Amino acid sequence: MIAAILSLTVLGILLGFGLGFAARKFAVEADANVAAIEALMPGSNCGQCGYPGCPGAAAAIAKGEAPPTICPPGGKALVEALAKLLGIGVDLSAVADEGPKIAVVQEEICIGCCRCLKECPTDAIVGAAKQIHSVLREACTGCAKCIDRCPTEALRMEPVPVTLQHWVWPKPRQDAPAWA
Amino acid sequence: MGLMEKFLALIEPAHWGVHPDDRKRPAADAPVRALPLPERLYVPLQQHIGAAARPIVLAGQKVKKGQLIAEAQGATSAAIHAPTSGIVTAIGEVTAPHPSGLPVAAIVVEADGEDAWIETESVDPFALPPQEIARRVAAAGVVGLGGATFPSALKLGLGLKAKIHTLIVNGGECEPYLSCDDRLMRDRAPEIVDGIRLMLVATGAQKALVGIEDNKPEAIAAMAAAARPFREIEVRPVPARYPMGSEKHLFSELTGMEVPADGRTTDLGALVHNVGTAFAVHEALRHGRPLVERLVTVNGGAVAFPGNIRVPVGALVEEVLAFAGLKEEPARLVMGGPMMGSLLPHARVPVVKGTSGVLALTANEAAAHAPGPCIRCSSCVRACPVGLLPLEMSARIAAGALSAAVDLGLKDCIACGCCAYVCPSRIPLVQYFNHAKGELAAQSRAQLRNEAAKRLAAARAERLEREAKEKAEAALRRKAERMAQKAAEAAAAAGKTPESEATA
Repeated sequence: MIAAILSLTVLGILLGFGLGFAARKFAVEADANVAAIEALMPGSNCGQCGYPGCPGAAAAIAKGEAPPTICPPGGKALVEALAKLLGIGVDLSAVADEGPKIAVVQEEICIGCCRCLKECPTDAIVGAAKQIHSVLREACTGCAKCIDRCPTEALRMEPVPVTLQHWVWPKPRQDAPAWA
Repeated sequence: MGLMEKFLALIEPAHWGVHPDDRKRPAADAPVRALPLPERLYVPLQQHIGAAARPIVLAGQKVKKGQLIAEAQGATSAAIHAPTSGIVTAIGEVTAPHPSGLPVAAIVVEADGEDAWIETESVDPFALPPQEIARRVAAAGVVGLGGATFPSALKLGLGLKAKIHTLIVNGGECEPYLSCDDRLMRDRAPEIVDGIRLMLVATGAQKALVGIEDNKPEAIAAMAAAARPFREIEVRPVPARYPMGSEKHLFSELTGMEVPADGRTTDLGALVHNVGTAFAVHEALRHGRPLVERLVTVNGGAVAFPGNIRVPVGALVEEVLAFAGLKEEPARLVMGGPMMGSLLPHARVPVVKGTSGVLALTANEAAAHAPGPCIRCSSCVRACPVGLLPLEMSARIAAGALSAAVDLGLKDCIACGCCAYVCPSRIPLVQYFNHAKGELAAQSRAQLRNEAAKRLAAARAERLEREAKEKAEAALRRKAERMAQKAAEAAAAAGKTPESEATA
């Protein structure tokens, strides 16, 4: 009983020191930036960037292989945070942080197959066999379910157009006070 | 009432509004000119509050002046007529006279130069029943010409429903620079009075009060002379003070009553119409002429010959300004008055039914000052004609607390601009309020949209279920029919066999 306890204790201590030594001796130098970048990313590992999850994308961004604008779900806020962290300038206008979108039919390539309108959860697409289909702007919720159903890629998601009825006066700018 | 309020009440009975330099003359004194007929007229389908009109002409079609080219659709809408004779060349888009610079659908009419009117019948309008007057006003596409462009026939119809006893005719024209109503009253007082009498019949009101600011003595004299034979019409000068032309304020000034915050003047038995609208009603009823042209004040430091010009609807601001002449490149173009008008993105926008003026302002007049911090002087509170706290509301909106601004009465704000006019720190207060109102409207629209989407989804689920059920029923029916047919065939075969055997 005592011998077993002693031998396991000695074994534990020796292995502990061994591991501690190995951790110092064979330490892999990790980029501190990668961890910081990964902490900023959404962490949903959606794969829209083309890298294996957020850690992969973080590593690529840290190495400079990928631009900070790579993450669609992160949007402009993430790009700004990354640019600040990495100390680089970034063209925010290139970032697709679009507001609400709706589906639009490109009439010249719609073949009238009726597949999309069966998919629409709000019956927002009107059309009949061999007739050009059309999306009712007011009824489309922008779910994008119809997009994949189209055999000719005639459906596109486009930002909701601003009309006279929907236009809103911008908020007055406050960032540049005259007295400063 | 505190001592301070008592003292203020002594020196100034009602401390609301502002007294801007009116700058109406010499434009108001210049005789009316008519704009030479432009080559093309761009007639927007949306020139009124409510739904856009629906075009009923095709490109290539010949139209006469005054012919209906787009009909009203929906409960709140107004008809649009051809402003001259010619050919419809296109139905497309044109930049709207709106600060956003967004496009609006429009019918383009290429003038043939004859300016030939449609055939009009002349009837005695006073022999018509009130409903028929309102119907004819609607058919003529008349909208409120004071600026709000609400379809007039709807308002007249409201008069019959809401028991109106007083018709208030708004000749206030409190906006600086503008003088189109002033000029109309000086030149066309008998016609306006005729229009007022027709509106009295249409609404069932017993008397009409014409309120005119006392800075227009010529208009007051002309209107008083024209109205003298009619005891039911009374012309009353009101003190010049901005915004006296606001319907609730003119109503208070003339009747001594105050409209409640969430109410309308109709709740108190009064209907307010502009003098320009009265003239349009006269033209529509007496001559069968729809609203296709109007008086537009062209004014501002950059205009060489300021004055009032008769302009067909759809003429470009550019052409109007070229006709009036420009002394220098304007620093800012405004449609309407300087207090409430809309900034124009450029001059290639059409004149619409609600265009009271086109202002070409010099850099000096339009001097834009960078805003400073609020010093809480409360000048805006004293100026606000509806008794709100503009400084508090704008602070809340700046912080994004829209509902807090609504609690302070944002919905009662009439966007008259008095607060921004008096603000010593040049804070764009009205822009804050317009922004917040737009955001709130967008939020309620989004909510409506969500509800509509839910309804649509439910309707679709119900439809799919019904279709599946119908399909199953149809399949069952077909099966039963087939069985019956088979049975019949079998029976026929059974019946035939003995016969055939017999013949054999």
